[in-house]
Amino acid sequence: MMDLTRQRIDLADLLAAVQSAERGGTCVFLGTVRNDDDVTGIEYSAYDDMALAEIERILAEARDRWPGSRVMLQHRLGLIPVGEASIAIAAAAPHRDAAFAACRYVIEEVKKRLPIWKKELRGDGSATWVGVHDHR
Amino acid sequence: MAKVSVRFFARYAELAGCDSSAVTVSTPATVHDVIARIREVFPGTQAMPARPLAALNRRQVKLDQLVRDGDEVALLPPLSGG
Repeated sequence: MMDLTRQRIDLADLLAAVQSAERGGTCVFLGTVRNDDDVTGIEYSAYDDMALAEIERILAEARDRWPGSRVMLQHRLGLIPVGEASIAIAAAAPHRDAAFAACRYVIEEVKKRLPIWKKELRGDGSATWVGVHDHR
Repeated sequence: MAKVSVRFFARYAELAGCDSSAVTVSTPATVHDVIARIREVFPGTQAMPARPLAALNRRQVKLDQLVRDGDEVALLPPLSGG
């Protein structure tokens, strides 16, 4: 399974990659494109090589912090219409506390560290780059 | 002299007019020196902030980091993944 994809995200694949008989809690985070301000879709682009390296570092940090957990993520790139997922994270751990914590850790680090950019496309044909200083 | 590969992304690629290129700087040189050279070669990038986010060989670095011949410097607009 690829961490960066241009296809629709497949949650079943992601779950299969983290679940096991020893892990009794699984937490999934799904980020989807919202229809704020007449947005019809978001074009995602990435510095692929660096993003892949950074994802590996973030997942390794999660493994170290929550022993016995396994976390995987998929980030979709390219044009994503409103309502479809841009990112999915699945975290499985022996117990639920660690699953929730690991999932939360990974999405927050992704937001801070992945070299990925989005351009919002609107119904009137305009497009704007999303900066870091807003709430998205 | 050091020849450094340069990569631009998102809005910065639009400002530069290309995704990738290379510049030559006199050594010793820092990432900041590379960016100064980039502003000369690609005038559109003068619209970037004075201290843009930068990565050296696929890791985010401070601008006083030294560069070597063959390195890759990437200029990163504010990150917005997720």
